[in-house]
Amino acid sequence: MTIQGTFEETGNGAKPSHTEAAGHEEHGDYRVLGLLTFLFSESLMFGGLFAAYLVYRASTETWPPESTEVELLLPAINTIILVSSSFVIHRGDSAIKKGDVNGLRVWYLATALMGIVFLGGQVYEYLTLGYGLTTNVFSNCFYVMTGFHGLHVLVGVLLIFGVMWRSRRTNHYNAEKHTGVEMAEIYWHFVDIIWIILFVLLYVLTQI
Amino acid sequence: MAQADLTMDHSLERNGKHPEKWNWYHYFWYNTDHKVIGIQYLVTSFAFYLIAGVMALFMRAELYTPDSDLLDPNMYNALLTNHGTMMIFFWIVPAAIGGFGNYLVPLMIGAKDMAFPNLNAIAFWLNPPAGALLIASLFFGGAQSGWTAYPPLSLVTNNIGQSFWILSIVLVGTSSILGSVNFLITIFKLKTPNMTWDELPLFCWAMIATSILALFSTPVLAIGLVLLLFDINFGTGFFRPEMGGSVVVYQHLFWFYSHPAVYLMILPIFGIMSEIVTTHARKPIFGYKAIAYSSLAICIVGLFVWVHHMFTSGTPAWMRMFFTISTLIVAVPTGVKIFSWVATLWGGKIRFTTPLLFAVGLLAMFVFGGLSGVTLGTAPFDIHVHDTYYVVAHFHYVLFGGSVFGIYAAVYHWFPKITGRMYNETWGRIHFVLTFIGTNLTFLPMHQLGMQGMPRRIAMYDAQFEALNQICTYGSMLLGFSVLPFLINMIWCWAKGKPAGRNPWHSLTLEWQTTSPPAIENFDEEPIIWAGPYDYGIDTQSLETEATVEEMLEEVGQEVR
Amino acid sequence: MAQEKETVPSSLITLTVGLLVAGISVWYGQNNGLLPEQISKQAPLVDNLFDLMVTIGTALFLLVEGAIVFALIKFRRRKGDETDSPHIKGNFPLEVFWTAIPAFIVIGLGIYSVQLYSEMGGFDNVKKAVASNPAESIVELASASRSDINPLLLAQGNSIINRYGIGGNPDTAKTLPDLEVNVKGIQYAWLFNYPDSGITAGELHIPVNEDIKLNIEAEDVIHSFWLPQFRIKQDAIPGETTQLRFTATETGTYPVVCAELCGAYHGAMRTNIVIHTQEEYAQWVEDNKIARSPDFEQTVAATSQPVDDGEFMKPYVKDLGIDAESLKALQ
Ligand code: HEA
Ligand code: HEA
Ligand code: CUA
Ligand SMILES: [Cu+2]
Repeated sequence: MTIQGTFEETGNGAKPSHTEAAGHEEHGDYRVLGLLTFLFSESLMFGGLFAAYLVYRASTETWPPESTEVELLLPAINTIILVSSSFVIHRGDSAIKKGDVNGLRVWYLATALMGIVFLGGQVYEYLTLGYGLTTNVFSNCFYVMTGFHGLHVLVGVLLIFGVMWRSRRTNHYNAEKHTGVEMAEIYWHFVDIIWIILFVLLYVLTQI
Repeated sequence: MAQADLTMDHSLERNGKHPEKWNWYHYFWYNTDHKVIGIQYLVTSFAFYLIAGVMALFMRAELYTPDSDLLDPNMYNALLTNHGTMMIFFWIVPAAIGGFGNYLVPLMIGAKDMAFPNLNAIAFWLNPPAGALLIASLFFGGAQSGWTAYPPLSLVTNNIGQSFWILSIVLVGTSSILGSVNFLITIFKLKTPNMTWDELPLFCWAMIATSILALFSTPVLAIGLVLLLFDINFGTGFFRPEMGGSVVVYQHLFWFYSHPAVYLMILPIFGIMSEIVTTHARKPIFGYKAIAYSSLAICIVGLFVWVHHMFTSGTPAWMRMFFTISTLIVAVPTGVKIFSWVATLWGGKIRFTTPLLFAVGLLAMFVFGGLSGVTLGTAPFDIHVHDTYYVVAHFHYVLFGGSVFGIYAAVYHWFPKITGRMYNETWGRIHFVLTFIGTNLTFLPMHQLGMQGMPRRIAMYDAQFEALNQICTYGSMLLGFSVLPFLINMIWCWAKGKPAGRNPWHSLTLEWQTTSPPAIENFDEEPIIWAGPYDYGIDTQSLETEATVEEMLEEVGQEVR
Repeated sequence: MAQEKETVPSSLITLTVGLLVAGISVWYGQNNGLLPEQISKQAPLVDNLFDLMVTIGTALFLLVEGAIVFALIKFRRRKGDETDSPHIKGNFPLEVFWTAIPAFIVIGLGIYSVQLYSEMGGFDNVKKAVASNPAESIVELASASRSDINPLLLAQGNSIINRYGIGGNPDTAKTLPDLEVNVKGIQYAWLFNYPDSGITAGELHIPVNEDIKLNIEAEDVIHSFWLPQFRIKQDAIPGETTQLRFTATETGTYPVVCAELCGAYHGAMRTNIVIHTQEEYAQWVEDNKIARSPDFEQTVAATSQPVDDGEFMKPYVKDLGIDAESLKALQ
């Protein structure tokens, strides 16, 4: 059944007839786009936190205040782990694009493990720092910022496990259909980027 | 047109899981149909409006006399905090954005549903627990530090109530972010392919601007409130000066959201105005592009004016001046809209339906409130009237005279579409007259009160202000009564009203081209754009053409079956 | 409507309407009578701005509303007319016009505000003070961090320059204020401390026609120091000292209002500013100095009693928790 619509001339020129009938592909799946939009918003949450941190930093004479200095070695190792995990997770994504579900699993498992190691390092750092959440404004910022980021890492790890769980079903993910895999990867990169900024703010800027 | 054009995205294809028609109980539970969600938003938010309105009536009763005699002052502060919070976060935002946004956007762009129906339902269902938290806070004495919750006051008064309040706002904030993601993707991706960007209804343009604004600003509020929560409950000192924190930082985080929030509450209303004015004036919208782009301009400029709420706070001179100028600039794009609507009315064939009356009432009151906003925008004058009833007058003019009038107009305008029945015009007009008089009676005298020296948020005031305050209180009682004709009209006509048919207003936007109420997936066929959304008066026979459109559609529908 | 027969040329109508609107607006701008008395040098400045904005606002409001009401009457649908109106979608020159005019107005208002704000003393800051007072100590002050300022300057009898609030205008900033008073906001009272005479009071007493500077602090939560008849206001912020500098132009007693929500009895946080002639003021200082030295408590009791607002404070005195003891603790 076809309907011939008479397009009224609306002053914008006649409408071009819609030719790309196959334009919609197999899925009108906008989840990736949705996730990106959401992460944009999410990044502003960190943005607010960073802005507040910089204000406190500017208005305090010695930053960080005495006896709340940060340790650099462990976090640097942690940073290397987290940053490299972004490359690892990308291998997983490339694997599924070639239809290699096993590859996906291996690389994703590796990423999750790296995330867990990172979290472990974080917890270790908390335990050994010698000052707590409430010591002073710097320590407030330090714990809230890293904690909030850590929460995101945790969510990322859970997402990765979710992907691995689903990948057990045959053909749940394949070379064409792998939006979930992609989303976990994008989220992981996001967490990674935030960490890099955080690392600069909390660890690098406090050394000078 | 080829067959293939008429099929929608496969992922949105009817999956056969839902019945032909929703039963009443489907409206009370998790449901992913955007129309059901829209109605859920509208009804719950209206309930909050009544609750918050009753709070206002209590406040006005207290303010009838200068002494603090009716309510305990703590109670007064709890009422005013919750009045402001509910009106903003549980009435205007969910009704305008959640309610009409959800109901109309997919219909207007010819889609079957929103891009993420499940996310949509989740976003709605974050509201009831948030509301429950807010109401629960009242049982612990309620938050008492105003809807702005400035520390240190919010740190030292009623910690439990304040914490509940924070959690509640963070929940609705999340809901608003999820909703905005959904609107943006829906409009950009599900717009029926044969609708060009300059045929997009202006309401959808307004929703784009609103969503962008929400995505930018809401997370910043969320983080500010989380920090406040930490200060209250976990011993941090972000906003405790004695611990090296700063109270002004909170104000920046708060207003970075809450100024844009006022535009969140007016931009969708502007969209609604554009639809209603042209339909009932039977004239194409004047300056389509200017209206569409001015929404985006307001959205962008609106992100850089927040310090005008902090002119007397810890802000240096350059900031006060910079934000004076940026604030004044917002008047320009807003003026463009106002003038365009007036020009749309000019030369039209205006039908005095209730939606049009409310729209015109809105024009009067919003222009007034906007102009008082401009006076507030200049720091030298704002220093005098900041935190006085002059500000209270300003924002009730824009919020009540603007947003609430807009929502009323929209409810009447789309009532036939949503329910399939006509409302009663006489009751509608009575409602309008009472509301219009009541609003001016309540809020006009407040300007003078503020300038003469009455600060806001007080339960007790100087005897010299008594007379004006009593006028305000009488006005608020009238406003209280004005709700009754509305409620009667809505409830009665929803049940028993005259059937309205597809398109009682002979409107040209897409939502009117389907049945009333629309079928579960909106359109039997992918809708065809016969004319631009506002192409009234293309030929004088347009009404006849209209009839043929309907006939043709019906024919088509039958043939398909 | 252009098609319709017009007996009066439309330009004449426009002219009459224009003059009428202009006339009404200017009149209302001058005679709105919405603001209270003007007691400070800043007050007339602020009121001029307000009156100007009322004039512009009235004109805009009348034009917009006039156009709407006219359109509603003239362009209402006639009975039986089921047709649409002419297909007019825009008018580019008109749109440019109504974008440009408001832009012009708001930019003008913006420039005026900045200039006015400077005249009110909004731009007073460290730099200016240094430029006009080349004494060494002030140079030091500019380079010293904020926390060092107080002792240094107080020792020399100099004025502290605060970052926020209204200070000296380009003229007065060159000189030090005649009188400084330290103001402290507590839940729910204002305390005034006169550093040069050591007096502490619950009411602000100042001489007329002298350059006064208040250094405003808050003890517990944010308060806001508002003098409605002076058109000036500044928040009292915990952890920051803010300032207000003004000259009273008339004697009398006027309210001091707390404008920022500070708790349940925020509405009761009121006191008075009493403006004396120079002689009366000197007398007041004498009296209070004497009263102060032997018995401190007595003075506080005598001076912290808000005069007019005593009535509605009374029932809450116990909730307020302001008694002589807590006052003393704060000193
Ligand atoms: C719907 C909500 C809404 C809207 C749309 C607005 C719109 C505006 N508001 Fe308002 N405002 C609030 C809600 C809103 N406001 C609330 C809730 C508060 C109080 C918060 C609190 O403290 O609790 C507040 C407070 C507030 C303040 C702080 C006051 C104070 O606390 O001291 C200021 C100061 O600048 C301000 C300014 C403005 C301006 C300039 C506009 C402009 O957008 C208005 C633009 C419109 C027009 C100007 C009219 C039409 C235009 C023309 C006819 C063109 C020609 C005009 C000129 C050339 C001037 N508002
Ligand atoms: C959209 C927002 C909105 C709306 C619609 C309103 C509506 C009203 N507001 Fe509100 N108001 C705010 C937003 C809003 N307000 C905000 C943000 C604040 C600042 C809070 C703060 O300072 O923190 C504020 C503060 C505020 C104050 C200042 C308090 C103070 O500073 O001390 C006052 C005082 O008069 C007031 C009055 C009113 C009145 C009389 C109405 C009337 O319009 C209400 C009319 C009443 C009804 C509509 C109820 C009708 C219901 C019935 C008659 C019962 C029927 C019941 C059943 C059928 C079950 N409001
Ligand atoms: Cu102090 Cu209000
Ligand atoms: Cu604002």
